[in-house]
Amino acid sequence: MAALINVPSKAKRGDIVEIRTLTSHIMETGFRHTADGNLVPRNIITSFTCRYNGAEIFRADLFPAIAANPYLSFFAVVKESGKFEFEWIGDNGYSSAASASITVE
Amino acid sequence: MMSWRAIAAAALFAAAPALLAGEIPPDARRSGYAFMGPDTRAMQEDDTSNPGMLFVLDGEALWAKKTGSAAKSCTDCHGDARSSMKGVAARYPAFDKALGRPVTLDQRINLCRANHQQAIPLPYESHDLLALSAFIAHQSRGTPITAGDDPQAKPFVEQGRALYMQREGQLNLACTNCHDDNFDKRLAGAPITQAQPTGYPLYRLEWQTLGSLERRLRSCMSGVRAQAYDYGSPELVALELYLMSRAHGLPMETPAVRP
Repeated sequence: MAALINVPSKAKRGDIVEIRTLTSHIMETGFRHTADGNLVPRNIITSFTCRYNGAEIFRADLFPAIAANPYLSFFAVVKESGKFEFEWIGDNGYSSAASASITVE
Repeated sequence: MMSWRAIAAAALFAAAPALLAGEIPPDARRSGYAFMGPDTRAMQEDDTSNPGMLFVLDGEALWAKKTGSAAKSCTDCHGDARSSMKGVAARYPAFDKALGRPVTLDQRINLCRANHQQAIPLPYESHDLLALSAFIAHQSRGTPITAGDDPQAKPFVEQGRALYMQREGQLNLACTNCHDDNFDKRLAGAPITQAQPTGYPLYRLEWQTLGSLERRLRSCMSGVRAQAYDYGSPELVALELYLMSRAHGLPMETPAVRP
């Protein structure tokens, strides 16, 4: 699925950088009914993880009250050049990944 | 003294461009963006936080994907959308000579699918149709709207204007009663805008997805307890055409974000 990642391409060693992620997902709550009374099954992202050069630096659990196309932003201290890897995991075996590189001077 | 005033007033009237009753003069036209709060504006302005951009990304992939029994992609005929589709959405709905009536951008995409790709049409409000029209309209971001300038489209602009002025539904309201007479006021806490369709298809936070102008028009119609016209009906296309011609000169914003 489409994801929009915003990580600065360059930073100074020790800088605090903001990372913004937006991914497409319907985030169906599981509380809604169709016109004929059937429950629409829950279909949400349950977990988001960010790894920086393999080490987990940020994790979030997501719940039914979170809107469609979840947007998450957080901060990281960058010490070396490398790669941020993002992973979204959800109901019905949903899995989506993205990555972004940063050069630290 | 009195005669001087009369002359000044007469001169003012003569200098004003020909406007129909109740119409908003060009320099007072404002996009829905001008009515939003700072948070929603910031969301629209930053392409990495604008959820409409997710659909634009999907549309870009669909543009290059071969489909239908002709196994052709949009790229095969139109090339790079960045140049070939620039300014196109600002002219839509546009008059189609073969059909003898105006067609919306969504209908044009489906006509292309049927005639050139031999593919089945995409349903209205489906993810793929919204993604493609968002991608195409995004190429016109910043382009001033010129839809309805074509002389052949004039009778349909007039039809749309008549529908816009016509009271309907159990609440017996016409579009003009809110969007010309009462913009800048509030309806149940939400600002009433001028109904300038500058950013469609747009991401509405209430919908939690992208939606077309026709979806917006249909929800206004259910709002006044009227029977909404079907997607793609001549009435909705005429209304869409009138609204676009009414927004003449305003820059395109696709994909806009609205509450």
